[in-house]
Amino acid sequence: MTYIAKPRLHHPSLTRNKVGYTRRDYEGRISTLCAGCGHDSISAAIVQACWELDIEPHRVAKLSGIGCSSKTPDYFLGASHGFNTVHGRMPSVLTGANLANRELIYLGVSGDGDSASIGLGQFANAMRRGVRMAYIVENNGVYGLTKGQFSATADRGSKSKKGALNQDNPIDLVGLALQLGATYVARGFSGDKDQLVPLIKGALGHGGAAFVDVISPCVAFNNHSGSTKSYDYVRQHNEAVSRIDFMPTREEITAEYEPGELIEVEQHDGSILRLRKLDQDYDPTRRYAALNTMHERHERGEIVTGLLYVDPLSLDLHAGLNTSHQPLNSLGPEELCPGIGALSKINAALR
Amino acid sequence: MKRIESINEFVIKFANVNGSGSASANELFAKAILRMGVPVSPRNIFPSNIQGLPTWYEVRVSEQGWLGRRGGIDMMVAMNPQTWDADLAEIEPGGYLFYDSTRAIPDSKFRSDVHVIGVPLTEISNSNYRDARQRQLFKNIIYVGALSMLLGVEPEVFEKLFAEQYKGKELLLASNMKALHMGRDWVEQNLSGFSIGIKVQRANNVGDRIFTDGNSAAALGCLYGGATVAAWYPITPSSSLPEAFQSYCDKFRIDPATGQRRFAIIQAEDEIASIGIVVGAGWNGARAFTATSGPGISLMTEFIGLAYFAEIPVVIIDVQRGGPSTGMPTRTQQSDLLACAYASHGDTKHVLLIPEDPYECFDHAAAALDLAERLQTVVFVMTDLDIGMNQRLTRPFDWDETRTFDRGKVMSAAELEAGRDFGRYKDVDGDGIPWRTLPGTHPTKGAYFTRGTTRDPYARYSEKGPDYMYNMERLTRKFQTAANLVPAPLERKARAATRLGVIYFGSTSPAMAEAFHLLEENGVYLDGLRLRAFPFSDAVRAFIDSHDEVFVVEQNRDAQMHTLLVTELEIDPARLVKVLHYDGTPVTARFISKAIRERLPERRRLPSERKAKEAA
Repeated sequence: MTYIAKPRLHHPSLTRNKVGYTRRDYEGRISTLCAGCGHDSISAAIVQACWELDIEPHRVAKLSGIGCSSKTPDYFLGASHGFNTVHGRMPSVLTGANLANRELIYLGVSGDGDSASIGLGQFANAMRRGVRMAYIVENNGVYGLTKGQFSATADRGSKSKKGALNQDNPIDLVGLALQLGATYVARGFSGDKDQLVPLIKGALGHGGAAFVDVISPCVAFNNHSGSTKSYDYVRQHNEAVSRIDFMPTREEITAEYEPGELIEVEQHDGSILRLRKLDQDYDPTRRYAALNTMHERHERGEIVTGLLYVDPLSLDLHAGLNTSHQPLNSLGPEELCPGIGALSKINAALR
Repeated sequence: MKRIESINEFVIKFANVNGSGSASANELFAKAILRMGVPVSPRNIFPSNIQGLPTWYEVRVSEQGWLGRRGGIDMMVAMNPQTWDADLAEIEPGGYLFYDSTRAIPDSKFRSDVHVIGVPLTEISNSNYRDARQRQLFKNIIYVGALSMLLGVEPEVFEKLFAEQYKGKELLLASNMKALHMGRDWVEQNLSGFSIGIKVQRANNVGDRIFTDGNSAAALGCLYGGATVAAWYPITPSSSLPEAFQSYCDKFRIDPATGQRRFAIIQAEDEIASIGIVVGAGWNGARAFTATSGPGISLMTEFIGLAYFAEIPVVIIDVQRGGPSTGMPTRTQQSDLLACAYASHGDTKHVLLIPEDPYECFDHAAAALDLAERLQTVVFVMTDLDIGMNQRLTRPFDWDETRTFDRGKVMSAAELEAGRDFGRYKDVDGDGIPWRTLPGTHPTKGAYFTRGTTRDPYARYSEKGPDYMYNMERLTRKFQTAANLVPAPLERKARAATRLGVIYFGSTSPAMAEAFHLLEENGVYLDGLRLRAFPFSDAVRAFIDSHDEVFVVEQNRDAQMHTLLVTELEIDPARLVKVLHYDGTPVTARFISKAIRERLPERRRLPSERKAKEAA
């Protein structure tokens, strides 16, 4: 961590976005994570994504569970309300918050221990309910705050810092998200910000459950040889299947593409995802094809990254419940309380 | 042979097989007596089962209006061969056995001290209906008909009830009346010379009271109290509460213009997610609740601690059942008091509201939603299976048309804009309750980071001792504030001056009301205090201080309310005498009055009882 306070004054030449904020306005407190931690890069990517999307910071609610990853919402979007909940239970709290006010943008930040171990059930159910949120797992395969135990996403055969070999099969959150009905599924790498920022932007603008698994090496406990979540290992095995460009409006396509190489997807918020396929065999609009490809390539030792699946017609929990467009937390007695007349009728029917 | 003789004061119990359709027939019987102007209080005694196991329905008929369980059975309607022997044994000497005489039962299976009424129910039904399900369902109506003839319940009352139930389905009205008359006619033709000693006679003691169950009433309270988010996981005996909330919302919470719903109900994956959803909604400014029972409370405790410390409005309705562990899921107890009052790790204390009947379930549920926002904390409504799942005669629900929702201390965008100081965990009003902001309120002011770890009054992370102490002491102050906001205890003065008192609460109320009467008949006078909430207001201490000895009547083994009183008020435990009932059945007046008389200080004992004790 750093001990140097951030200067409060902004440089006058800092660029402002369409809603009048500079990138610094999206920052939070100084991180208390280790120097070089992948999670800090993800925080920086979130700052960048929100600034580029012209989101007003106070319209974002950021929620997390417990662990290194879950501390990070204090380190970005300082003008947003945040909630550091209990271990593994961010999805339910976020679900409740989302039900209360459907107009905010919900960002859920979690880790692999938080989402794949203690909170697997809540992760799964938030995905299957289609809670509109950007759900980011900062995945390092290890419990950092408690000093280096394997987490449930650690690959079988990977080695801990103390030299122990992991005997258990890993939980594949991306595969689960696909199976459970998430409508936006991506994987990024904290060391590749150019790829990560658009993935997060796409997730924030998505109209349903958006899941982004970000491999984020733990420099203190999982960055050694024998680890499959180290910077070196991920760089060597990273196979991007797509690149996305994120556009606020439909812009003219200027470059030349092979037929089928470019897919355009209009998102819930009206923005356009322009998806450039890097791999001819890969179709990110077909859920089960995506799932198969993922598993096949995982077997070959590849870490597949990019936007893996997107359903532009996604619907969220509110659509399923048919809740009022006016946020529930803004309704008053006039809308909610049937009054004495109705109560007299209820009484009469109970005699 | 002795013969129990009583008009409008008796207990009749139906022994049935679960899933045989008897529940609606039995309810029809109870309602018919109500329509005769005679108060009844029925209780379901049911197994954790869908079909096949024994189930009972015990109806207390009481013109005097006693709504507690009395104990003892005057008439048994023995429809279940599996439980025949035990059912028979329960009948008071001189009482009545009503049974299906289609198949011969050996003489050895009867008792010589009870009066036997055999009606060939199966035979009557089978000779009139061909379809197996119809035969079963109408057999139930036939026994209601036969009983109505024996007891003197007017057929017009049933006709009206059927007409209300089958409005628009006149065929069903006719067929049910036909079955009812089959039973009545058979009795008239075959038992004309026989009369029984228990009778129902028209009276006028029901008044404007309504007949409903606590779970529906609490759901209605949540509707009126403005709950918009409900999350729950199915568990007996609370499941019918969110289901009732759903049906009330479907009726009253649809936007007429758009057809959209002004509510969101989630059946979550477990109780942990249920409470998590409620915490999230409360944090974000929607009124939210969950309903559960003991095992659910156990699962929720981590979140309850977070809500306490992060100061988030949450309402939990705990329909208590028998514990520990899976305990007795279909039996009643008041055994979650300590689990709820001190739920979660660390120093935690929570507000409990304790309704006595469906009326208060409605009232307390609505009040809990106000209190949770006013106090920014968890508020429990501690009902139980006895109130929750049984229909009870209760005051009609009322609502003050001018009443609005107390949203508590929520700082607005305008106040923030005007430069008002905002410290999320700062006590600015001296009542321990801080101000909060809702997410999305103001572009640059009022945002804060909510966490379960300690922080300073401005919500900045801090592990400093003084910051932690400031918070914990403020939370204590807030809890003291709560003691004056919760429903006050109600005192009942004895008819003669006395130094004896009794404290009771919740579903014990109707049995206690009758116990006062029984005790006074025996010359024992007690002042009563019915607790309606925790923390305790000063009135509770004053009551204990003004009596030499105070009985504490509760339905659990470990005297949990006794513990709360002793601990929180620092009272000498010897001054509070435990009266405990915990076999899973609702406590009776007979039990309470006997237990109190047995524990009376020697000088107050009646001469006859003193002798009896010396002889023993």
